[in-house]
Amino acid sequence: MNEFKSQILDLLKEDARLSPAKIATMLGAEEADVSAAIDEMEKEHVIVKYAAVVNWSKVDDEKVTALIEVECSPERGRGFESIAERIYLYPEVKSVYLMSGAYDLCVEIDGKNLKEVASFVSNKLSTIESVISTKTFFILKKYKQDGIIFEEFEDDHRLLISP
Amino acid sequence: MKSDVENKPGIREESGGMKRYLTGGARAIPPSGIRRFFDLVSASKDSSIISLGVGEPDFVTPWRYRDAAVYSLEKGKTQYTSNAGMPELREAIARYLEDRFRLSYDPGDEILVTVGGSEAIDLAIRALIEPGDEMLIPEPCYVSYNPITTLGGGVPVGIETFAKDQFKLTAESLQAAITPRSKLLILCYPSNPTGAIMTYEDLLPIAKVALENDLIVLSDEIYAELTYGPKHVSFASLPGMKDRTIVVSGFSKAFAMTGWRMGYACGHPDLIGAMLKIHQYTVMCAPVMGQVAAIEALTNGMEEMHKMIESYNQRRRLVVKGFREIGLACHEPQGAFYAFPSIESTGLSSEEFASRLLLEAKVAAVPGHVFGKGGEGFLRCSYATSVAQLTEALERIGDFLNKIR
Repeated sequence: MNEFKSQILDLLKEDARLSPAKIATMLGAEEADVSAAIDEMEKEHVIVKYAAVVNWSKVDDEKVTALIEVECSPERGRGFESIAERIYLYPEVKSVYLMSGAYDLCVEIDGKNLKEVASFVSNKLSTIESVISTKTFFILKKYKQDGIIFEEFEDDHRLLISP
Repeated sequence: MKSDVENKPGIREESGGMKRYLTGGARAIPPSGIRRFFDLVSASKDSSIISLGVGEPDFVTPWRYRDAAVYSLEKGKTQYTSNAGMPELREAIARYLEDRFRLSYDPGDEILVTVGGSEAIDLAIRALIEPGDEMLIPEPCYVSYNPITTLGGGVPVGIETFAKDQFKLTAESLQAAITPRSKLLILCYPSNPTGAIMTYEDLLPIAKVALENDLIVLSDEIYAELTYGPKHVSFASLPGMKDRTIVVSGFSKAFAMTGWRMGYACGHPDLIGAMLKIHQYTVMCAPVMGQVAAIEALTNGMEEMHKMIESYNQRRRLVVKGFREIGLACHEPQGAFYAFPSIESTGLSSEEFASRLLLEAKVAAVPGHVFGKGGEGFLRCSYATSVAQLTEALERIGDFLNKIR
């Protein structure tokens, strides 16, 4: 990854809606070069998606998020790949990570309520043959996600005019 | 029977009221022009105002430095420090100046830690200026040099700088302002409010004039880290200039530590020693928690600093291009975090323009005339604010221009 592309990514990570023209101005570059670099990164799946970061606790719909520690036995030749795939294809699964340490896969899932999450774990996740055990943790409150702080504590305290 | 004291008329009724007790200096200094504008902005109490008038970073002090100060408080580090500042901090400053600007100062007697760069400026002027001495001040400039000089009975001599010279000080205009009473020259580059910088080649002829006329130079380098083209050159690093220069800097701008009030001065032991005497009788020492945070900033904080500088640079490009696109001439600021566009084409004075911009377009910026000679016809706009706010402000200014043109 070259310097130019990583500068573009830094800006888009903060505000995905910045136009190529504006990014070009901010980086002192040509708009065409910025557009080309973005296209390239989209094609290469460096930029996967432009999505909004939502503070769901401010939305009325009830929603629970759980982190599940999954212990499983790897398959010969494929390691954890196919079991990870079987898990991440479920739409309610938000993220799947292979972990070092006491367990193997960390699965983040969204559900409407506790019951829905419980049913996913018992009916879908635990029934996969290579899954040995699961531990489910419910998230009670999100303070910070993807580098973004949800509580608005960093208000601008500066005087409006100063020398 | 009433006593003599009770029979005297109230002091308020006598001519001049309480003001007659004030010194000539306190009476002579004008209230800050920025303050007047601040009152105007505050009075409006309008939350839709976007302010480009803020002279400080929009970053909160990085958590790493704050954490160092919090930890020191927990450990009970709440005492006076040595007058000149904690030895570890002075050593860290010496190393930093050597690394970044090729300056070599002895932390033992050539570095003084002060309450903000402001105190260092005050100390230097107090130590060097006596009644009748002339202080050479390139303008437009930061607002405090002039009044502090006046307070000490000195005579501020403004030297106008121009947009056509990118607001750099020229040797000719400096030479023209020199009299037998000239003693101290102020240099503030990168400049608040113009964003101008002085390169090595720009400074050389100034050094020659300083040498020929035996001037002492007070070099306010508080924005030294914030340059976006050529790297900052400290005046003290020029050949033969170290002994006749007092370098003033601090942590406010580059390290986003304005509220901590941490600054320092470096120079010849005779000069720093005199400033230290005034400092020990007036403030004793800079606050200890600020000193602890400053040590952390210098030791482990450079990465954060460079991120902030890159971010200012991005916004600088956006704002300068933005002003030019809406038809305001704007010289390329290469330092600090201010753009200084010309509003002369509108036919309004800077005061009038800034007031109307505030009331009609809800954008606050500081009118150029408050920064002295050469500031009329310009507007100081700080770009230390979010990209979204800058974009909105530029749009509002553009609409305002269309309305009045």
